[in-house]
Amino acid sequence: MNFTNFGKYILLLKAAFRRPEKTKIYLKAIFQQMDFIGIGSLGLISIISTFIGAVMTLQIAFQLVSDLIPKTIIGSVNRDSSILELSPTISAIVLAGKIGSAISSEIGTMRVTEQIDALEIMGINAPGYLILPKILAGITMVPVLVIIAMVLSLSGGYLGGTLSGAVTAAEYMQGITTDFNPYTLTVMLVKAFVFGFIITSVPAYEGFYVKGGAVEVAQASTRAVVVSCISILACDYIVTQLLL
Amino acid sequence: MIEIKDIHKSFGENEVLKGISGKFEEGITNLIIGGSGSGKTTLLKCMIGLHQPEQGTVYYDGREFTQLNFEQRIEIRKEIGMLFQGSALFDSMTVEENIMFPLNMFTDQTRSEKLDRVNFCLERVNLEGKNKLFPAELSGGMKKRVGIARAIAMNPKYLFCDEPNSGLDPKTSIVIDELIKEITEEYNTTTIVVTHDMNSVMGIGDYIMFLHEGKKFWEGSNKEIAKTDIEELNDFVFASRFMKAAKGKM
Repeated sequence: MNFTNFGKYILLLKAAFRRPEKTKIYLKAIFQQMDFIGIGSLGLISIISTFIGAVMTLQIAFQLVSDLIPKTIIGSVNRDSSILELSPTISAIVLAGKIGSAISSEIGTMRVTEQIDALEIMGINAPGYLILPKILAGITMVPVLVIIAMVLSLSGGYLGGTLSGAVTAAEYMQGITTDFNPYTLTVMLVKAFVFGFIITSVPAYEGFYVKGGAVEVAQASTRAVVVSCISILACDYIVTQLLL
Repeated sequence: MIEIKDIHKSFGENEVLKGISGKFEEGITNLIIGGSGSGKTTLLKCMIGLHQPEQGTVYYDGREFTQLNFEQRIEIRKEIGMLFQGSALFDSMTVEENIMFPLNMFTDQTRSEKLDRVNFCLERVNLEGKNKLFPAELSGGMKKRVGIARAIAMNPKYLFCDEPNSGLDPKTSIVIDELIKEITEEYNTTTIVVTHDMNSVMGIGDYIMFLHEGKKFWEGSNKEIAKTDIEELNDFVFASRFMKAAKGKM
C-alpha cells in the first residue's frame, strides 16, 4: 500500500464512519456480519487452535530435555505463547484469508456490477452501508474468536501433552496457573481489536476500488489477503513493542 | 427540467467531453445517442454525480448539483431513479427486497405500506407475483423491468436509463422503451435515456442529443432526425443497408 493508496484508505474510512441513514438497517447488517465473521469462523478457529496448542506442547517438551528444568514450564510457555502471540496472530492470519477474501470479493463484485453506483444514486452512503457494519462486526467478533482460540489452544496443549505422556495433567495445570500475569490478556485483546479492524477494513478498501471485471476482482481479493497479513504482522510488532 | 452547461470531462490525457450544454424537459423522453466512445455514458455519469466534471454545471430544476458535497446531494438524489445497463440489482436480495430497499432507507412507512408500493411497482412493469425471486432467477428483460420498478419506487422526478436495451431481443427492447415512455408521461418525469439502439431513437426519441467525439453535434426530435443531412449523424443512425433503404422511403 503506497501513500496514495493509504490516503484513499483513510478517506474511505472517513466516509464509512459517516452518520448512518437508518440505524435499524445498519444494526441488522451488523448482526448479519457478526454471524458471518463470528459463528461462520468458529469451526475453523476451533480446529486450528486446538491442534496448535497440542503441537506447541509437544515441541516445547521436545526442546526442554534437561532434568534441571521443571516440566511445569511446558504449560507456562504454552500459556504465554498462546495468549500473547499464537491465538491472536494465527487466528487473525487465518481469518484474513477466510473473511478478507470474502469481503473483498463481495464488495468488488458489487463495484463491477454497478451495485455500488446504484446505492450512491439512491443517495445512500455506500462506504457506510457496505463497510461500517463489517468493521464493527470485525472489532467485536475477532476478540471473541481470539478468546475462544486461547481457551482451545490451552485445552489442546493439555490433551496433546497428557495423551502423549510429554507432561502430566497436574504438571500442565500447575504450569498454566503459576505466575500468570493478567496483563497479557489485555495485550491479547488489544491485538485482536486491531487485527479485527485490519481484517475487515483492508479487504473492503481493495474491493471498493476495483476496476474491471472478474479477473480484477480475483486480483483484488488476493491483494486484500496479502496486504492484510503484512499489516497484521506489522501491527503485531508495533502493539507488542508499545505494550510489553 | 435538467440543464447542463459547458460540461468538460477528461480521463488523463483523453478529453471525453468537450463542453456540452443542453436542456432536458420533463414529461418527454430525452435521448442521448452517439457511437461507442462518444462520451454519452460519461455525460450521464457527470449529470448524476458518479463522475465529477472538471468544468461545467448541472442544474436540477434550477438547483445547482455539481458543486454540492455528498450530504447536500442526497436530497436531489432521493428524487432520482436510475436504470443501469446491467440492471445493478442487489443479487443477495429478492425482487421484493430490491424494490423495497430505497423505501426502507428513506421512508418511515409501515411494512404493509411498503409492500403495497412494491406490488404497485411490480404491477406497473408487468411482473406481478415475482416478489420472492432472486435476480439470478430472472431473464435479462425481467431484470430491466425490476430495475425500472426499483427506480420508480420513490416516485422520482428524474429518471435516468443507461443503455436500457443492451442485451435484449428487439421485441423485449420495444416493451422496455414503451414502459419508459409511459412512465415518463404518467409521472411527468424528466427522463434521460442513453442509447445507441435505433428502434429507441425512432420510437421514443421526443428529444435527441447526438454526441460525436465528445461534442454535441446535433439535437432535435425523432421526426427531424430522418431529414437531417449531417453526415456524421447519418453515418451513425442509418449505418445499416436496411436503415439506409428505410431512409430513402421516408
